Amino acid sequence: MQQDGLRAEIEALFYDYAEAIDQDRLEEWPEFFVEDGVYKIVSRENFDRGLPLATMLCESKAMMKDRVNAIRNLSMFAPRYLRHLITNVRVKTQGVDEIAVRSNYAVLQTLLGGETSVFNAGRYVDQIVRDGDFLKFKSRLCIYDTTVIPNSLIYPL
Amino acid sequence: MKLKRTPSSAKRPTRRWPPEGVARVPYWVYTDPEIYELETQRIFEGPSWNYVGLEAEVPNSGDFRLSHAGPRPVIVCRAKDGGISVLPNRCAHRGVQFCRSSFGNTTEFMCPYHQWTYNLYGHLIGTPFRRGVQGKGGMPSAFAPKEHGLPALSVACRNGVIFATFSESPPPIEEYIGPKMLPYFDRVFDRRELCVLGYSKQRIPSNWKLMFENIKDPYHASLLHVFLVTFGLFRADQPSETKMDATGMHSVLVSSRGEQKASEATSEMKSFRGDLKLNDPRLLDPIREFAGSATVVMQTLWPNLIVQQQSNTLATRQIVPRGPREFDLDWTFFGYADDTSEMTTRRLRQANLMGPAGLVSIDDSEVMQFSQEGISQQQRGAGFLEMGGRGTDDEDHMVTEAAIRAFYGHYRRVMEL
Repeated sequence: MQQDGLRAEIEALFYDYAEAIDQDRLEEWPEFFVEDGVYKIVSRENFDRGLPLATMLCESKAMMKDRVNAIRNLSMFAPRYLRHLITNVRVKTQGVDEIAVRSNYAVLQTLLGGETSVFNAGRYVDQIVRDGDFLKFKSRLCIYDTTVIPNSLIYPL
Repeated sequence: MKLKRTPSSAKRPTRRWPPEGVARVPYWVYTDPEIYELETQRIFEGPSWNYVGLEAEVPNSGDFRLSHAGPRPVIVCRAKDGGISVLPNRCAHRGVQFCRSSFGNTTEFMCPYHQWTYNLYGHLIGTPFRRGVQGKGGMPSAFAPKEHGLPALSVACRNGVIFATFSESPPPIEEYIGPKMLPYFDRVFDRRELCVLGYSKQRIPSNWKLMFENIKDPYHASLLHVFLVTFGLFRADQPSETKMDATGMHSVLVSSRGEQKASEATSEMKSFRGDLKLNDPRLLDPIREFAGSATVVMQTLWPNLIVQQQSNTLATRQIVPRGPREFDLDWTFFGYADDTSEMTTRRLRQANLMGPAGLVSIDDSEVMQFSQEGISQQQRGAGFLEMGGRGTDDEDHMVTEAAIRAFYGHYRRVMEL
């Protein structure tokens, strides 16, 4: 029963996170992380070969805010919608302070005036901590299978 | 119904370049399949040194990686004698693209279809059932394996960088890069051992030449890239240079970092944001690592390479054309084997500026798509390139399109357009 409660809490975190990005409330995205939280998007090829390069790297909540700021005020890109589908959520280990969770995702992209396509597919490797009444990401690693990115990766996955 | 026959003169373009010369670029060079075919033959399969990878990617005998020479898939491998072979990824038997692993180590390559087997130099060393089975079938007695190997490309390495060409009589790589461009190349590739940090790949829906134009165009960089200008990494009022080799096919853009401040150069930039500050300044904490005052050196080497040094982020960007309307941009980020861990961290952090999610390069991949879409509306029309005049000489400022004009000067000679 307790396990079901935790699972529901984790799913709520995932779905709220996805909704913030998909509904263009990007300013909320860093708030899903603790202050020293880490967010990384890494290709599966680099990850499997032990290469450290990330396609997107935020080493703190402050750096995530800088990314949001850049998307909002500094970058030029075609308008688009994203839609996250998250499945296969598994709680791997549950420590006193941290919960390790794995899940799969697919992100659909719709360029305005264009068709909807699968933009990126991969898995989330998460370390989650309790922060007051909420669960937050200590780290979220997105490892994507997609070997060639269709043009630009603008938003966090 | 009568089938239309292609005239035998199809090898020569029937197009006519605008009379203004390289101050105009006709839009059909970005869309016409016939022009693309001719580019493949004359540029990528012609007397050009295509970038195919770094020696650090294949350090040991038998190591290989897949790459492309222009648009053609190739295997880059470290042979037994320590030399580099570059082989077409296409079986000499029936054309199968046989090698499917992006990286690996092997003693031979075998096509899965009929198990034709090649050594690391591309020599055919095995053909099953060559002498038939139970006295039946088999290859003709005149079959000579040495005539059916993979036609290896000519290879040149310069300070750890591998180039390959389909040409049988290529110039030495040093002569090809030329005395003016070589010092910029050697600035980053200074014979120190390289260390690959990782790869990024993106598919950009535009003609491959738009990528070169973009890097040869400092005018756009000081306007489009609000991030660079806002944080002072690239500004129209900073000392800078645009230099070309004697042919105009290669060029280099050199500039220095300035401050974040409003000035004449930013007053005309509608999107300048002098008020913005980074919440986490670690993102832009570059340190000087090369001699001289330049903090940005972007070199374009004909026909498929961009060498990027922006602050401490170093990368090769390989252009892989995929028809007139699409290309892949393959990024290899690297540092040096003797980098401190602090330096590696800095390079990885600054890699946020570049690649498919780059705070700077997003603007470029997006605008190239916009360019292709606009150009493709109809083939009539031409781009107007008169910033800084109509000349193709070196400039000591950023408000110029001279390097693009120089590029098209060489392009027109090679293509006979």
